[in-house]
Amino acid sequence: MASGTIRIKAKEDNGITEVKVLITHPMESGIRKDLETGALVPAHFIKEIECIHKDKMVISAIWSGAVSKNPYWSFKVKGTAKGEKLKVTWKDNKGETDSAEAKIK
Amino acid sequence: MNTPRRKFLKNVLATGGALVFGTTVLPSMADWPEVAFQAKTADEAMMALFGKDATDSSKIDLIVPETAENGAVVPVEVSTSLEQVESIAIIVEKNPVPLVSQFNFTENSVPWLKTRIKMAQQSDIIVVVKTQDGALYTTRKSVIVAKGGCAG
Repeated sequence: MASGTIRIKAKEDNGITEVKVLITHPMESGIRKDLETGALVPAHFIKEIECIHKDKMVISAIWSGAVSKNPYWSFKVKGTAKGEKLKVTWKDNKGETDSAEAKIK
Repeated sequence: MNTPRRKFLKNVLATGGALVFGTTVLPSMADWPEVAFQAKTADEAMMALFGKDATDSSKIDLIVPETAENGAVVPVEVSTSLEQVESIAIIVEKNPVPLVSQFNFTENSVPWLKTRIKMAQQSDIIVVVKTQDGALYTTRKSVIVAKGGCAG
């Protein structure tokens, strides 16, 4: 299991929290050739990601290897208050996964 | 005499086994639509994801650069005034694999997102919004790519 790959910033304004997520991940599509060997670089990308607030899944996404390396994703969650927690979890095509929690500011 | 039946049973068991393996060993957070993500054209991806075409809509705001200096990192922002949005999909028409991502919303999230995507060459970026009644709405914008992003 991967760890420490997710950075989250969550800022609340009028009940709506804008969440910025930055993940360290190679996001290899599987169709890129290694420039030196000419061999295909094996696919390694996040397929699924979700955000949980108060035990409820509030938003999720499915990705291909065409999401940029070290993915950035920003979204907005309703019905939130400062001090509450948000949890983001991803899973990639190799079955690796990571989660992180952030407090809403 | 028994061979075809055995073969049939063997196939059934093999498929059934794979299904069981798929659901119990790798529980999925969302459904990852393999066929849609393997489609080689935007139309194929649309059909695999939704099974029908989308209607052009002025209620979707797609913000992308006119020219992307680096196709490996193209910023995309999508918002919509459409209500009861279920999902927003991003498709790059001329990428080798056009479907990039799909975002699924709930009553607790705003139909808005920012992401960064790869583009192989100059292409239309297509956004498809699905509402809870199953209706599909779309808009598109062309982006010039100075340096392609799928090889880099």
